[in-house]
Amino acid sequence: MFEMPANVWEWVVIANLLIGGVFVFIGSLGLLRLNNTMARMHAPSKATTIGIGGVLVASVFYFYQVVDEPYRIFPAQDLLVVFFLFLTAPVSAHFMAKAYLHKHPPQESDLPQPTNGVGWATFKSLKSTHDHP
Amino acid sequence: MTSTSNQSGHHHEPHHEHHAKHPERSLLRKWFPHPILSLVLIGQWLALNNSLAPGHIVVAVILAGFIPIYTANFWPNRPKLRAPFTFLMFLFVFVWDIVVANLQVATLVMFYSPSKLNSQWLCVPLELRQPEAIAMLAGTVSLTPGTISSDLSPDGRFLLVHCLHVDDPAAEVQKIKDRYERRLKAIFP
Repeated sequence: MFEMPANVWEWVVIANLLIGGVFVFIGSLGLLRLNNTMARMHAPSKATTIGIGGVLVASVFYFYQVVDEPYRIFPAQDLLVVFFLFLTAPVSAHFMAKAYLHKHPPQESDLPQPTNGVGWATFKSLKSTHDHP
Repeated sequence: MTSTSNQSGHHHEPHHEHHAKHPERSLLRKWFPHPILSLVLIGQWLALNNSLAPGHIVVAVILAGFIPIYTANFWPNRPKLRAPFTFLMFLFVFVWDIVVANLQVATLVMFYSPSKLNSQWLCVPLELRQPEAIAMLAGTVSLTPGTISSDLSPDGRFLLVHCLHVDDPAAEVQKIKDRYERRLKAIFP
């Protein structure tokens, strides 16, 4: 049955799991509610940062403070998860945004243009001046 | 900002003088051509194994020796990192902004009707010239909820950012430049 948390570290773990869970939920809700592709891409960024971050912080405190002695470790792998997540999430978001731009060229999605007239790298390269959307 | 773009071109000259003056340091440079990458690899290997046992340290040092040498071609201009205090400040601002922006975007998602959101593309003029610095700025912008860096101009002087909800586009551009680009300019001189 339900037991009250024994010490403050268990409360820390609970709080972090709850915060992480709430943000993963709001991220998924945003994915459902928002009405266009680019707006939808903003929702999962909450899940990757605070959502997964909260769960991993909870995991660190659980294995470092809550678990009984023979199994108590400092879970350095959890920090690596955050590190690699933060390294890869912007790259995939950038690729998805570029794929969106290819499907919706500038005249449709009214992009602002760079003031020096070189255009955006998705559509123009410095070597060839013709568009290839 | 022409001075920063010239720097990468003259990057190697001071190095050779350096080698001649300190032969023992040049040997260290030869075996560890990318010291920061080596340190990151040692840290990663030990964290993956979650152990400081001597065997793991030996393997970590061997990996930290070989991987930078074999991948040296991927790092033609190694940016020199400066201002470690600014770097710590940057990390602090980055984490703080992630928390604040998460709450803002959560409010937008929960309590705003999607049709009322004022989503916009922003064109951020860049003063940074080093590719590594621009990559870090783009990654920071993407990881902060509410903004996604979507494209770069082919000459690398403008960054296209998509904002979920923005009232004052000029202020948002200025915020990105003030909070992140200014600090990155100090870190990557």
